[in-house]
Amino acid sequence: MQHEPIKIAILAMGGEGGGVLADWIVDLGEHNGWFAQTTSVPGVAQRTGATVYYVELFPGADEPGARAPVLSQAPLPGDLDIVLASELMEAGRAVQRGFVTQDNTTLLSSTHRVYSIAEKSAMGDGRVDSDALLRQARRAAKRFVSFDMAEVAERAGSVISAVLFGALSGTGVLPFSREQFEHTIERGGVGVKPSLRAFSAGFSEALDAQVGNKPKAATHSSPRQALSYHPALAPLVERANALPTGVPEIALEGIRRLADYQDPLYARTYVDRLETLATAPGGRDSALLRETARYLALWMSYEDTMRVADLKTRGSRFERVRDEVRSRDDQVLEIEEFMHPRLEEICETLPKDLGLWLSKPNWANRLVGRFTRQGRVIRTSSLGGFLMLYTLARWGRWRRVTLRFSLENARIETWLQRLRLIASLNPQLALEAAQCQRLVKGYSDTHARGLRNYETLMSVVDRHQRSLAPVTLRELRDAALADEHGHKLKECLQRHALTL
Amino acid sequence: MAERSFIEEVKKLRLSKGEVFSGEGILAVTKALLESGVAYVAGYQGAPISHLMDVLADAQDILADHGIRFENSASEATAAATLAASVNYPLRGAITFKATVGTNVASDALANLASGGVLGGALIIVGEDYGEGSSIMQERSHAFAMKSQIWLLDPRPNLPSIVQSVKDGFDLSEATSTPVMLQMRIRSCHLHGQFIAGENCRPAFTVKDAMENPRRDVNRIVLPPASFLHEREKVQERWPAAIRFIQERQLNEFFAEDAADAGIALQGGNYNSVIRALQKLGLANVYGDTKIPLYVMNVAYPLVDAEFDRFCKNKRAILVIEEGQPNFVEQNVASILHQSGLSTRLHGKDFLPLAGDYNTATVLKGLRGFLELYGLVASEAPAVPKRRPISIPVVAAQPATAPKPAMALLGGDEEVLDSNGNDESLLGAARPEIHTLSDDLDVLPPLDQTVHARPPGLCTGCPERPIFTAIKLVERELGEHHISADIGCHLFSILPPFNLGSTTMGYGLGSASAAAFTVAPGSEPATKRAISLMGDGGFWHNGLTSGIANAVFNRSDNLTVIVDNNYSSATGGQDLLSSRAHNPTRSTGHEIEKAVKGVGVDWVRTIKRTYDLKAMTSALREALTAREVGPKVLIAQSECMLNLQRREKKQVRKAIADGQRVVRERFGVDPDTCTGDHSCIRLSGCPSLSIGDNPDPLREDPVAVVLDSCVGCGNCGEVSHAAVLCPSFYRANIVSNPTRRDKLRQRVRSAVIGWLQSREAKRRAVYAPVASTSLQAGASHAA
Repeated sequence: MQHEPIKIAILAMGGEGGGVLADWIVDLGEHNGWFAQTTSVPGVAQRTGATVYYVELFPGADEPGARAPVLSQAPLPGDLDIVLASELMEAGRAVQRGFVTQDNTTLLSSTHRVYSIAEKSAMGDGRVDSDALLRQARRAAKRFVSFDMAEVAERAGSVISAVLFGALSGTGVLPFSREQFEHTIERGGVGVKPSLRAFSAGFSEALDAQVGNKPKAATHSSPRQALSYHPALAPLVERANALPTGVPEIALEGIRRLADYQDPLYARTYVDRLETLATAPGGRDSALLRETARYLALWMSYEDTMRVADLKTRGSRFERVRDEVRSRDDQVLEIEEFMHPRLEEICETLPKDLGLWLSKPNWANRLVGRFTRQGRVIRTSSLGGFLMLYTLARWGRWRRVTLRFSLENARIETWLQRLRLIASLNPQLALEAAQCQRLVKGYSDTHARGLRNYETLMSVVDRHQRSLAPVTLRELRDAALADEHGHKLKECLQRHALTL
Repeated sequence: MAERSFIEEVKKLRLSKGEVFSGEGILAVTKALLESGVAYVAGYQGAPISHLMDVLADAQDILADHGIRFENSASEATAAATLAASVNYPLRGAITFKATVGTNVASDALANLASGGVLGGALIIVGEDYGEGSSIMQERSHAFAMKSQIWLLDPRPNLPSIVQSVKDGFDLSEATSTPVMLQMRIRSCHLHGQFIAGENCRPAFTVKDAMENPRRDVNRIVLPPASFLHEREKVQERWPAAIRFIQERQLNEFFAEDAADAGIALQGGNYNSVIRALQKLGLANVYGDTKIPLYVMNVAYPLVDAEFDRFCKNKRAILVIEEGQPNFVEQNVASILHQSGLSTRLHGKDFLPLAGDYNTATVLKGLRGFLELYGLVASEAPAVPKRRPISIPVVAAQPATAPKPAMALLGGDEEVLDSNGNDESLLGAARPEIHTLSDDLDVLPPLDQTVHARPPGLCTGCPERPIFTAIKLVERELGEHHISADIGCHLFSILPPFNLGSTTMGYGLGSASAAAFTVAPGSEPATKRAISLMGDGGFWHNGLTSGIANAVFNRSDNLTVIVDNNYSSATGGQDLLSSRAHNPTRSTGHEIEKAVKGVGVDWVRTIKRTYDLKAMTSALREALTAREVGPKVLIAQSECMLNLQRREKKQVRKAIADGQRVVRERFGVDPDTCTGDHSCIRLSGCPSLSIGDNPDPLREDPVAVVLDSCVGCGNCGEVSHAAVLCPSFYRANIVSNPTRRDKLRQRVRSAVIGWLQSREAKRRAVYAPVASTSLQAGASHAA
């Protein structure tokens, strides 16, 4: 006689089919002569919140005169045989809540991430370390079976619950055969075929994961091929390759990007600038050069209207959209852009003097201003919309005469000058200052806010270049990315008694 | 219930005698009502009892066959007042709602009902939303039962006991002229189990019979002197009758009464947790055979003195297990023991926490303490053999009977709290001490850093999202305002990313709870107005009078935003007066705007499409800055996306299969123009607007990504326009089964656009490095 029921917890987010999975397990049990009970507290959690479904199975319901067991309504931490998690952070939650033990818990989890609102809404990168979650889960469980179930479900045209059900079967932790599992899905009668496909894929993935013959993810170190560059770029590439270790990878991407952005001459300016820093006192620090190479390339390829128009009208972009929205060949795809060019952007697109004139309060300013109050939807897939953006993109050839170019160029020069100066004092501080360019991003208000924060930090650097610790600058940078209103930055500046 | 069908569940209601019912607890209660010959049912939807209402609404033929009146009450007060039908007539009636919120609303009618008493059985089924996952304030219905003298049933949580309890409840009600409350705990409502069905039974006396044979008895009406008579009747007649009935029917249960000299008195609802805890202590088996005496009160109120007398007589001590506070039962038992002169020691909240739900871990901890004190479990040695030897050398603890959770929390955080703040990690065992072992070398960040809270939020494409985005945007111009929230999906506005709303005082009370915020007449006017939110559900529940009419009468100057999404969405998408769908058994299509104007609001604006962010923001701006004095009402309409999708997904699939031209809209983000600031997410929080790796080898911050679950509501585009965010968003219109014209146009476009694109690609290819490298990702669009 069995003394304890089999206890299973399912951790899922509302709307992910955790309830369906629990019902399948119950039906699997009941249909095969077991007692089965499930409970949950969906309540408001049904809408994207984290939810726990709990199932207990006990054998012998089909025996004559069988006594009904007393089954529990909620999971007892430390007392679970199987935990199923539909997503990696939910697996972490199972561990956190003590549901997973090394003694007897088989933990099945998908390795994909559904980001929490805190991770998504961070101004920079707020994602938690998936690898840490994986290791925590692996360490906590007796057996840990994991793979990307979202991807498997997607391939099968089904949902994660079906993959989990297959994986549950594949691990062999329940005393039911694969056929018994599959018949359960068939009895359900809804979306049977895709569910069975997903089940089957989940089954074999779990089996593979167990015997350990799962092919490792493709290694990223693809063999470096010798590349041939256009004669105009080849000398630049040679010069970039002469930079300290770690720098050329980034610098080559910079050259490629800037040649694509403007022309080989512009890429040369980039290499010139890098070399100037490299030859300055303290400037040959590889970390400093690498990060400068990165942010200089990004800054020099700033996104003005021509760049956006260019990126939006490329054929490769049309292909990417088609893939992303899964538009099939027999479907017609229309692409509409949501743009909001303001007067500022128009001024900056114009030749410098004209742009400056237009940005002053005059009749033209008022006239153009009237037409830029609202956002516009531009259909890039139509001839009119496409040609407009295409023409705008071609104006990029004369980018060097625009107001925006002169503004950005001046900022870049000031930044580089500053880096050279600080590098001679403290290369580490220069490295941090180089990374502050990261704050300048986005468009319109977002860009203005980023630029303001960047300039705040740079003025701190300028004033305190001899006394500022690199780690403090890093802290300030993180603070600037902490909230939109600059509260954290202000507080951080005060804490360090840094005056502007 | 417009968009869901409960045909499968209705089938279960038709089962006849001897057949096995297999399903949810609350559905079992519904079946039990039919088996009990109920003549009318009413209620107000809400988790966890919505299912009862929804399934009955789909069971019109059964209702017609049996002559049962079924109402979707306007509020819980309406539902409770409906039980008045059982005062003068032998009609069995049942009502249901979520507790304690519903009991609060219903309490006036319940008190009047309980005062005069009933002739026909009156059953109040409360879905007790207490403990983990609860969405309301943590209180219990117990106090309502006590103050109005309503008998309270709390059966053992298995389907046969629950079903029996419904039947006993009606009998008890009739035998004692007292309404009976059946407490269905949330986990029991959602409990899947089985029971052997009985035959459905047509009521012997129907509402039709009552209407055709009216009766009255002035002594049943609450007005002096009858009300004084009622008070005496309650204690002199109804109470003793109840005590007799409970004993005769043996509604409460004794298990292993004499097995030990210390026992446990518990409410039925806690039985399974107690058995599991005893099992973990080696004192019970899986069938519930226990070595510790148990007195299970399936009737939680009133307590039966004689039964306590019997249970305590030969015991040194008892432990009362009673969830929540105050500890009414424990106090009552203390008085019983004192008066009967028994010297049995009484324990309860000294071993168990004062607050929080009693899950198995909590009960286990309390039981262990109690049983150790009376020597019924050894305090040190494990009571049951471990199923497998513990193989974790990392954590050493005093032996616990159940295997410990493996502590992957080496970075600190030894105590793990669940959503209720209950310590559930330790199973009542001593706290594990963490030894420094080899595993420590592999230091992991603490789980409280890697596991984020994941509260519920608005669904993908929710029409309420743009309302909050609009408030956010208007607040950027006009500054922050006092915002009074209400109950409903819209309450998720209080969470990130919106962080809007200061209080919630109850369903439909959003506007009422801003009532104080109007300056005294004649004094200097305030520079800002308060904003209240209210859903259409709350509006019809009571908000029209408690909020809007109140604001008119008291000359308020505030703004109320009424979220009109066609349904009572938070409770499962039931129809309302203002629903736009046709419902054969209910009258819909009554506009909120008309009702609001009817009670005297002059400033009313209706936004027909909440996704029109420009219209939303300008209406809000106008309402907050208009010179006119008086209450302002802004009705924001768009259908609940969850229900819309339920209906339309099927239709669209069919249309595509039938070869019709169908346009699907969805949004996307261009990763090469997205700079990873995520402003768009901070103004939306849509589940399908997420983040992903930045394909740009130079950039590190993740880019925004629109997942394929996008329903193309348009909010992303509107936000990027209204907030002037970035040009990264695009809308893709995917035309299935394109017409000949579509195809022709597409061919012409592709020819011209494709030619220009390939020309450009060739020009760029001149400078692109030949063959791909490790920097492949960045080179992809330059190919």
